[in-house]
Amino acid sequence: MCLGVPGFVVEVDGNMALVDFFGAYRHVRLELVDQPVAPGDYILNHVGYAIRRIPEEDIEGTLEMYRQLLREADDDLMAGDVRAELKATGERRDV
Amino acid sequence: MSDQAGRELKFRDRGQGAGLSAALAAAVAAVGRAPVSVMHVCGSHEQAIARFGLRAGFPRDLHVIMGPGCPVCITDQPEVDEAVALARQGVRIATYGDMVRVPGTSASLADAQAEGARVDVVYSIDQAIATARESAEPMVFFATGFETTAVATAAAVLAGTPPNFFVLSAHKYIPPVMEIVCEMPGSRIEGFIAAGHAATITGWGIFEAFVARHHVPVVIAGFEPLDILAALVRLVEMIRDRRAAVENMFPRCVTREGNLVAQRQLWQVFAPAGGRWRGIAHVPNGNLRLLDRWAHLDARRHFAIDLARLWDEAPSPLSQQCVCGDIMSGLKTPADCPLFGAECVPDTPVGACMVSTEGTCRIWREYGEQTCLSRV
Repeated sequence: MCLGVPGFVVEVDGNMALVDFFGAYRHVRLELVDQPVAPGDYILNHVGYAIRRIPEEDIEGTLEMYRQLLREADDDLMAGDVRAELKATGERRDV
Repeated sequence: MSDQAGRELKFRDRGQGAGLSAALAAAVAAVGRAPVSVMHVCGSHEQAIARFGLRAGFPRDLHVIMGPGCPVCITDQPEVDEAVALARQGVRIATYGDMVRVPGTSASLADAQAEGARVDVVYSIDQAIATARESAEPMVFFATGFETTAVATAAAVLAGTPPNFFVLSAHKYIPPVMEIVCEMPGSRIEGFIAAGHAATITGWGIFEAFVARHHVPVVIAGFEPLDILAALVRLVEMIRDRRAAVENMFPRCVTREGNLVAQRQLWQVFAPAGGRWRGIAHVPNGNLRLLDRWAHLDARRHFAIDLARLWDEAPSPLSQQCVCGDIMSGLKTPADCPLFGAECVPDTPVGACMVSTEGTCRIWREYGEQTCLSRV
């Protein structure tokens, strides 16, 4: 539960963002993030909430570990935890 | 003490990895005594150490021990008992996945579920709130985890919950337990690796008072193999130099003050309170209790939780041999437990550390971890 998962912000509507997590579009809440979040930003999601806007210079380094993890099978503990983080986000609703 | 301590580290740079390993060996040797024992307090760190086989490459005299870093594992039996009792009383319970199989004194939520109780596994508190909104029946969210999940509970509470939604808080707060582990008789811990994402919330400044009191260095680390290696090098160098300070090796996520927006919400909903961490100790200020203003959604105040039945059920004899508490305190490893890998396996766990994907025993079992492969 500590790892979180980074994603790309597609849309922001009030306290809710539509976020692209490696191709999966999910809703994430923004009440806890301490910087303004706009489309084009990357955020770190934890149990359905963005807890950090990822600084631009750190985005690529942050994403690489997850890309590798998400290629792993479900029974890998770290990959399983990352997938659980994705399930914590809201299903995409039709706008 | 600086945010500049951490350089950007590429994920799989073999040259850098070899260089860090050599630096770690040199630093451990330069300490001039053995073993050097350090502790990290994060299941994700242990996953990374085990999954990438880092421990096999650690110097023989460096012991890297996982402490109370599994939020599921440190949830105490009486806290699970409350959730089980509520479930058996007919109250619908929602909680994070691994909590369902964690044993209380004599039963888990999975046991209650098998008897017909309604237990929902959720990935976020919002999913529990959404379910509560669909009907008028009471729904209790068994809220577990460290500051990273506690802030989500706080935000959800502040955003408004339906009248039939209640919180049974077993949230824990990491910084106080580090003090307890340091002061334990028999503790050999000379330095700590602090969890990167918990520190994203609290900031690294929170560890300064701890360092001043205990004269033990703390390094904040990220989750990639090279992040962990680099943090260990810095930590052992500080031990070598008898320098106690906080170093932030995860500046891309952690600042000195942390996430003030999240902290503000946390303390608008919770107050620190003393409480037991499973098998470890009573930890002053280690638990998060709902403030009085949220009494109306506090499950402990709203429901008469009937724990009497649990007194009729004896804990299993096997569970009395479980050494999870000593493992989480850094006094033992899974290899010291007679149940590990025999009676206690992921499918039929005896202790909480074998249940959770962030538990030391589960991680060691899944990745075939040894105390120190260089000794095999």
